[in-house]
Amino acid sequence: MIQIFHSYGNLLLTGFIQTLWCSIIALFFALIIGSGFAILEVTPIKFLRVIAKAYIELFRNIPLLVITMFFYVVIPMYIAKISGFAAGTIGLTLYSSAFIAETVRSGIQSVDPGQMEGSRANGLSFWQAMRYIVLPQAFRYVIPPLGNQFINLVKNSSVLAFVAGFDLMYQGNVIASDSLMSMSSYLCVGLLYLIITLPLSYYMRYLEKKLA
Amino acid sequence: MSMIEFHDVQKYYGDFHALKDINLDIEAGETVVLIGPSGSGKSTLIRTVNGLERIQKGKLIVNGQDLANKNTDMNRIRKNVGMVFQHFNLYANKTVLENIMLAPRIVLHRKEDENKKIAYQLLDQVGLRSQANKLPAELSGGQQQRIAIARSLAMRPKCLLFDEPTSALDPEMIDDVLNVMKEIAQDSSMTMLVVTHEMGFAREVANRVIFMDDGRILEDDSSEKFFDGEPSNERARQFLGKIITH
Repeated sequence: MIQIFHSYGNLLLTGFIQTLWCSIIALFFALIIGSGFAILEVTPIKFLRVIAKAYIELFRNIPLLVITMFFYVVIPMYIAKISGFAAGTIGLTLYSSAFIAETVRSGIQSVDPGQMEGSRANGLSFWQAMRYIVLPQAFRYVIPPLGNQFINLVKNSSVLAFVAGFDLMYQGNVIASDSLMSMSSYLCVGLLYLIITLPLSYYMRYLEKKLA
Repeated sequence: MSMIEFHDVQKYYGDFHALKDINLDIEAGETVVLIGPSGSGKSTLIRTVNGLERIQKGKLIVNGQDLANKNTDMNRIRKNVGMVFQHFNLYANKTVLENIMLAPRIVLHRKEDENKKIAYQLLDQVGLRSQANKLPAELSGGQQQRIAIARSLAMRPKCLLFDEPTSALDPEMIDDVLNVMKEIAQDSSMTMLVVTHEMGFAREVANRVIFMDDGRILEDDSSEKFFDGEPSNERARQFLGKIITH
């Protein structure tokens, strides 16, 4: 393994950075999009609920790889050429946002309905009540499952390897076939994934304790 | 001037007819107590006044606006009509002071220093200034309910609705809450509609007592007539007999 790090350090580092970037971008947008659809799922307006449900069911029930290939292969045919990195990151964002939406919705629904009722009776609009009262409480409930989603997202970023996204997994494949030391190559890759996911997992646990 | 007018109001939950032919006219400044057995529709009635429940038929005019009209802006109604709940419904993630200041800040855009001044005045009024920076969960039920009243008053409403405000409280805390409510009732411009089983409060403070059963208003009297005379309705007499001997 040391030999792999020594000879292919540069490749591993670029892969690590690509994976990290993809994860950060996808996490940021998946959280925003997911929370948005979670709120739409509980609005009093039926039309919006239907749209949210359709979105979530669509992206939750199609394999990540299929969504990613769609952006990598189909979109360039009709609309514009996009890089493997972009296609993978978009696919990962949409796929993860559906799971995050379901997680956040369950959090919203575990907040006492009296909180919404009290807010509305106090003069707040539905959106104000969500923003100031319901969502802050909902996020506190869903930090542990949300942490799982974040970790899944980082691991799922390995989908980039299929679309030439130059991520860790991609570089791992390159190194394994070049060095003919597949075990050490993939062990290095696994170790580098842990460097991202373990601190993330500890941070979520810390947040959970801090906000409890 | 009328604050609240019900004209032939009907309310259904699916097939269940919860409010039947409600006709009621409450003047600004009146204190009206609503009593009746559980399931009689009194909570439903009070919740229609700020649009937490929608009515299906009839006309319901609150502060000059018709709540049966879909285009009526509920948020505008609720600025003028506060509500106090049985289970307080304080904001669990906000301190006592923030509970009182939030709605005036984001709904009325009240200036921060004025908002704070009013909040502390209200805390003084309910006797809880020292609890300003605590979270609701750190307070007793009676204290929470007094904060909930202060939160409603911070909006400077014309009308306050109380939905069984003392039913979830330990007996020794009930008086603290009732005393705050009595003080509010002294203010001649405040319209109060109170669902309660506290007959002492009704007798002492209310101008009018309304008795409901099975979704209908069966009795609508001045409190003197209701308590000292006899209610003309048989069902109301029975109910009163039971509730007072207990």
